[in-house]
Amino acid sequence: MNPFSYSRAVNASDAVTAISGKPNGKFLGGGTNLVDLMKMGVETPNELVDINRLPLGQIEELPDKRVRIGALARNSDVAEHELIKTRYPFLVQALLSGASPQLRNMATVGGNLLQRTRCYYFYDPAFPACNKRKPGSGCGALDGYNRIHAILGQSDQCIATHPSDMCVALAALDAIVRVRGPSGEREIAFAEFHRLPGDTPERDTNLPPGELIIAVDLPVMPFAARSHYLKVRDRASYAFALVSVAAALDLGPAKRIKDARIALGGVAHKPWRAHTAEKKLMGQAASEKTFRDAAETELAMAKGYKYNAFKIELAKRAIVRALSRVVEMS
Amino acid sequence: MTNEPEDGFESELDRSQTVPVFGSPETRRKFIKQIAGTSAAIAIVPGLLKSASAGQIVPASGAGPTSDSVSVQLKINGKAYALDIDPRVSLLDALRERLQLTGSKKGCDHGQCGACTVLVNGRRINSCLSLAVMHEGDEITTIEGLANGEALHPVQAAFVEHDGLQCGYCTPGQICSAVALLKENHANSDDEIREWMSGNICRCGAYAGILAAIKEAKTKPRA
Repeated sequence: MNPFSYSRAVNASDAVTAISGKPNGKFLGGGTNLVDLMKMGVETPNELVDINRLPLGQIEELPDKRVRIGALARNSDVAEHELIKTRYPFLVQALLSGASPQLRNMATVGGNLLQRTRCYYFYDPAFPACNKRKPGSGCGALDGYNRIHAILGQSDQCIATHPSDMCVALAALDAIVRVRGPSGEREIAFAEFHRLPGDTPERDTNLPPGELIIAVDLPVMPFAARSHYLKVRDRASYAFALVSVAAALDLGPAKRIKDARIALGGVAHKPWRAHTAEKKLMGQAASEKTFRDAAETELAMAKGYKYNAFKIELAKRAIVRALSRVVEMS
Repeated sequence: MTNEPEDGFESELDRSQTVPVFGSPETRRKFIKQIAGTSAAIAIVPGLLKSASAGQIVPASGAGPTSDSVSVQLKINGKAYALDIDPRVSLLDALRERLQLTGSKKGCDHGQCGACTVLVNGRRINSCLSLAVMHEGDEITTIEGLANGEALHPVQAAFVEHDGLQCGYCTPGQICSAVALLKENHANSDDEIREWMSGNICRCGAYAGILAAIKEAKTKPRA
């Protein structure tokens, strides 16, 4: 592991000051991904600012009924919180389908947003080619073993996927990410937070260096009380998603769809909001056929590779099943 | 990576000529190092040799420049320890290599196997992915801190009773995890126990015994 200097911040403004002007510095939260990447030699910060003592672990209802999750709330705390369980059940399901109980006790919400891909070619520096790790070096996955890789929104520079489950539900919810930088606080819409790879796959997010995530705000969305997260993976537990779906439906009389939220995980460089499918569902009566038609439309642009083409059909079926589950709940 | 001994390894071992004695963890480790020094052991267990050769020095980082050391106070099993450590040292390496609390095991060292599971402020975590310096003031409980004197913790006793192990390497992590699982109230069905123990891998496949042990321990709260 690269040597680094360590300091501990006690409030957000000190943390931001401590890292200001240090492009090779990083904030240290739960450490579940960062420490692992440092052991692998993928991340080589020379300065770590420990933010675990910052008072950012609260989960609370705001005066306007939105819910604010502090950036240092641990994944397990969010999954167990009554406000989240009753209002956003698919967020709880997403959190509990990720990692293990030990990791969820450590991993923070802010860190979950900044998780890096588990693409094998990125994670192991023994592989020479990875544009995300070493810009310009090529993409090992493109013609390599690409079973876990992207089918939507990818580029010929990078076909890595975003690994988070939590973020798939947050994408469906249109959450807001609150960040603090040297010039104060600002908000980033969830859809704008993560990036598609394009020709800069080394950048996962639009969060500039030196800015600190302080909270995630969840909107008022009554119909999210009937929502479902479906995760398809190689093992029954403790595995990353091949495909996952976060789905919520607002149903009127005769199961007429008044609003729909669908986001996909395991298919793209960012949590993939299925706007095309959502639009297709509006005003339709909920049925397996409507769901299948919507899924077909969303996946029309999908492109598979040697080992992951199965994900296209899998994603369609997962969308149908997740939406069907939501209807069963109604 | 090869299975050959590293340069200079044999001469280091030649210095230890005392008769090995079983007993405390320290003497067990010393014994392993000594038997690893014989040529027979080299032929049979080259993999073991490799780990024994790295055993003496804190291996959280490879050779090369060091970070400035940091002072940290750790509270482990009710005792306070003051350490000056390289901030790269994981909590697991601090326990094993600095404090001789070798009950917590290093399996994968990447948060995937659960052998390093300890309780921090009552919650189970993977000590391999946590830096020791992050735990100033935290209450840490390791497998060594579960028994009450000679009386085993009910989960430990249940693992013995139900053969919740074969080789035993994952067992300290399994037991710490199970203690937390019971406290979390996640042991209400076989499926729930399996799901909430999924962060602890047992390569011997002693899962049936582990499940039975946890179910029994649930009926026997700590005295």
